[in-house]
Amino acid sequence: MIRSPIARDALIAVAAILVLAVLPLVFPGQAFSDFVIRLSAFAIFATSLNLLIGYGGMVSFGHGLFYGLGAYSFALLLQKGGISVPAAFALTVTIGGAVAAVIGAICIRLKEIYFSFLTLAFQMLLYSLIIAWTPLTGGDQGLTGGVPRPPFLGIRLDDPQHLYLFCCVVLVVSLFLMRHIVESPFGYTLRMVRDNPRRVGFLGVQAWRIRLLAFVVAGIFGSIGGTLMSLYVSSAYPDFAYWTISGEGVFMILLGGIGVFLGPLVGATLLLLLSDTVTRLTEYFGLVLGVVILCFALGLRKGLLGFALDAWAKRGGAGRSAPRPAVTAGKD
Amino acid sequence: MDFEALLSCFSSPSCVITQTTGGLISGMLLFLVAAGLSLIFGTLKVVNFMHGSLYMLGAYFAYTVYALSGNYALAVAGAALGVGLFALIFERLLMSRVYGSDVLLQLLVCYGVILILDDAVKIIWGAQFLSMGMPPAFQRPPLFIAGGVLPVFYLFLIVITLLVAAGLGFLIAGTRIGKIVRAAAINPTMTSALGINTAVVFGGVFALGGLLAGLAGALAVPVRSLVSGMGFSILIESFIVTVIGGMGSVAGALVGALLIGLVRSFGTIGFPLFTDGLMFLFMTAVLIVRPSGLFGKEG
Repeated sequence: MIRSPIARDALIAVAAILVLAVLPLVFPGQAFSDFVIRLSAFAIFATSLNLLIGYGGMVSFGHGLFYGLGAYSFALLLQKGGISVPAAFALTVTIGGAVAAVIGAICIRLKEIYFSFLTLAFQMLLYSLIIAWTPLTGGDQGLTGGVPRPPFLGIRLDDPQHLYLFCCVVLVVSLFLMRHIVESPFGYTLRMVRDNPRRVGFLGVQAWRIRLLAFVVAGIFGSIGGTLMSLYVSSAYPDFAYWTISGEGVFMILLGGIGVFLGPLVGATLLLLLSDTVTRLTEYFGLVLGVVILCFALGLRKGLLGFALDAWAKRGGAGRSAPRPAVTAGKD
Repeated sequence: MDFEALLSCFSSPSCVITQTTGGLISGMLLFLVAAGLSLIFGTLKVVNFMHGSLYMLGAYFAYTVYALSGNYALAVAGAALGVGLFALIFERLLMSRVYGSDVLLQLLVCYGVILILDDAVKIIWGAQFLSMGMPPAFQRPPLFIAGGVLPVFYLFLIVITLLVAAGLGFLIAGTRIGKIVRAAAINPTMTSALGINTAVVFGGVFALGGLLAGLAGALAVPVRSLVSGMGFSILIESFIVTVIGGMGSVAGALVGALLIGLVRSFGTIGFPLFTDGLMFLFMTAVLIVRPSGLFGKEG
């Protein structure tokens, strides 16, 4: 057996990439690879949001800001900046982190519901900026003219197969990195800040630093999610920064299970499957989604993966149960 | 950014008057929504995230009642009462199940309801913009003050809202009902131990908040156009208002709403691209100086 958790997770990551690389042979056709590409964007986004909600106890309702910001920065850098894909990627991530540092510094001082709303308010600020700044962003029509994707290192993102593999690798690597952030001493300090911020102070840790760092990390990965989406649609639309993206992210987390690292990935898969099925049948997706959300919010609160893990632990007595939903009613 | 336009507006009384009255009516509508949001938060300690949808429902209810009856007063009353009843049903059926659990679930329940209502509006009234036009009673020549224009309806709206504000302030500060609501806000367990049914209090406060939002929607119909999803921007604005004024304070909501209305109204002249940004700068400045808002209590 492999002892080091890093080596084990790395092995799982490599295996996951290999499986994802082989899957198109089993499911040929554009529909499957398109699904995986969209899933990669949403899964990274939802998992990064869970760093805040599940591990940090900070219910951000404006995380879609980073999704939209990532999509627009990346697309604009490639379109107007004319730089290479890796440079644009690195710059986008830097922008995401920097914006998260500024907004985080303002928001993390606030108590929970104020925090939720203020993050949401900042997201809508970005949205209205995108709508208003037509010369740069194309306003409500979205970016027009396409996003050039110059080849790099032999990777041609214009080629659907290359794009598919690229997104799979970014997805797995991002999840791997986030997994290690969550399992690092920082990750455990973050959980401690969530559960008992005052005690963290007694132990000599400044809770706001941990919260801010988590906000920045989440912002960085959130913008990576947006980057993949803008690669997929070869553009960027104001919808990427609209508040419903944040709502969907939060729901993906709840759907999959807030206390499990891969919960958001499962939730993203389920929500995408649901949306693809429902939009084929009716144009009123919101109506169906709303009803499903109410069922989950009032019923299955631990999410499907959490529920399954609990059932498994009960039956087998394997001693591994899904942690309780992390967010506690705020009384700090 | 266009400082010159802003300066030239400030140097002409007619422009100042026109912008001020425009800012005042947006502020008044905002106050009605924000006051309900603030009242619900102050008493129940939950943020009613679908409060903007109640405003939307009020507007559509009023539109329909007016189209059927041709009577604007009836439309306003019907919309306010209808939305109040709707808010009560929502509170009893859904929201009361997530009191005391985490913010996440409260947000999700409201998110689900917003999605449902937005689509329901599209199904019932269609996805296109609707507008009702000015009721005949208000189709009179506007008043002119120092060259600035003041439509009669604006005056009506301002007077009605100020009356509501005064009534609300009196209800909370000066009556037995207000005392019970304040007691339930501070300590619901103790209040119910004294023989007061807090479920009724909570439901009543929610219904009152809904009634105010419905009233705002109905009053907005002659001056705004209706579309599914119209509630969301006013939700964000009324949240900013309550943060500026202090969550749970009706007076704070009034001051905050008027400030935001004026900032927006003059902002459109000076910074047409950045009016939303101005609100945020304003809010951030207030939060830095007074983290609990202008009228909020510390802690």
